[in-house]
Amino acid sequence: MNTFEFVRPAEPTAATKFAAQAKTAQQGADVRFIAGGTTLVDLMKLSVENPTRVVDINRLPLDKIEGTADGGLKIGATVRNSDLAHHPAVQKDYVVLSQAILAGASTQLRNMATTAGNLLQRTRCMYFRNTAMPCNKREPGTGCPAITGANRMLAVLGTSEQCIATNPSDMCVAMAALEVTIHVQGPKGERAIPIADFHLLPGKTPERETIMEPGDLITHVTLPPPRAGSKQYYVKLRDRASFEFALASAAVVLTLDGGKVTHARVALGGVGTKPWRSPEAEAALAGQAATAANFRKAAEAALRDAKPQSENGFKIELAKRCLAHALNIATKDR
Amino acid sequence: MGNDLPSSPSNPTRREFLFRSGGTAAAGAIAVCAPALATNASASGDPPAGGADSRNIEGAVAVTLRINGKDHKLRVDPRTTLLDCIRETVALTGTKKGCDHGQCGACTVHVNGRRVNSCLSLALMHDGEEITTIEGLGTPEALHPMQAAFLACDGYQCGYCTSGQIMSAVALLKEPCGQDDAAVKELMSGNICRCGAYANIVAAIQKVRKNS
Repeated sequence: MNTFEFVRPAEPTAATKFAAQAKTAQQGADVRFIAGGTTLVDLMKLSVENPTRVVDINRLPLDKIEGTADGGLKIGATVRNSDLAHHPAVQKDYVVLSQAILAGASTQLRNMATTAGNLLQRTRCMYFRNTAMPCNKREPGTGCPAITGANRMLAVLGTSEQCIATNPSDMCVAMAALEVTIHVQGPKGERAIPIADFHLLPGKTPERETIMEPGDLITHVTLPPPRAGSKQYYVKLRDRASFEFALASAAVVLTLDGGKVTHARVALGGVGTKPWRSPEAEAALAGQAATAANFRKAAEAALRDAKPQSENGFKIELAKRCLAHALNIATKDR
Repeated sequence: MGNDLPSSPSNPTRREFLFRSGGTAAAGAIAVCAPALATNASASGDPPAGGADSRNIEGAVAVTLRINGKDHKLRVDPRTTLLDCIRETVALTGTKKGCDHGQCGACTVHVNGRRVNSCLSLALMHDGEEITTIEGLGTPEALHPMQAAFLACDGYQCGYCTSGQIMSAVALLKEPCGQDDAAVKELMSGNICRCGAYANIVAAIQKVRKNS
């Protein structure tokens, strides 16, 4: 690990000032915020992240969960994943978020990992994590050995010729289905970004993963007011029963009226290069009867544009079944 | 979990022996692995009393860690993880380094009462925080109930993961967790045991739960 300057600002404004001097807020950033450390310290040990300045944001007043004026919920950037998952308001009105967080990592990691850190979680692609290998995300222009190599865990949706790395987050999948807004404070002021616009597709610039610019600090996330009677569920399929990244996962948020779907939000994990909201599945569900056959049609629609690689073609059928299962469980009377 | 014999100059503990060997070896493995410890030992000829001497580390930063109820005023390189600080600087070696990447749980300690992977945390992030390691749970004469249960249930073979398992298990009893074995297994999944003592570890945890 390269050495770095460690600073602990007292106010968010001071934190953004420290970070604003960075060349980039993306891969290769010379200034990094540290909260839980579960991604950053890991990648610094691997020399994938090499910041010369680390800004500790753990003592900033960004660790609260509180109600918003419109009946939604405001979640601070440094709220630990375990606190978020077990918060009474989340368990009551946004249970899919609690389920997704608790399906990820281990208790120790959830006690450390934060809301903002999880939003910025890096891929587990083994080529990205290994500096002995080329990787367009880590070192633009060096190539993507995953496309012809070990790609069983990698993405089938949103891939490009340059990168097929999977976004590993569970939390973000539920947040995509819940349509959260991410609040950022930066040198130019404050911005509110819908989660659908926060993560970027790899395209020709896989080193750019989010809209974050130097000095940008996520301060909090807001959840919209809960929809009365909404049915929510998160299903995660993986190689082990626990403490493993998803091969495929699905978060669904549905409202029914007389057996018909009046509102549907669907997102997939483990199969996309970003947390994968599926407007195709949502359109296929809208106004339709809540039946297994219609759920399967929605799943077909969600994976219509999926592109298999040499080892991960199985994920397409797996993700379809995962989504159909999530829809079936969510709408079953319990 | 100490069962070491009392040490004396003619009967050093294994760790003291390693410190001394490292201090005198020209290029021994110990000297390579733990240069700070070796330097300390060779300078004084005695085993280090409070761990590595970091006064001469370039760029070291002051931090106070409260470990097992005792304040340690330290100067550490900013790169030092909480795990390395506990083991190498403070010389509390009950906490183990397994994978060093948050995947095995051997390094589990409590920070402000919650279990964390100390390998993925920087020591400087914990200035003034309350840290509990396996040494802070019980003593050989007065074991923590979870330590006693691991012994009674044979919850280990080689013992390398055990301090992490016990730190997780103690924390688990205060966390939202179901009563059945499946719930315990789920919440213990961050602690890997290569010997496969899992069934006995679950039994030990359930034994303490039932008695509490």
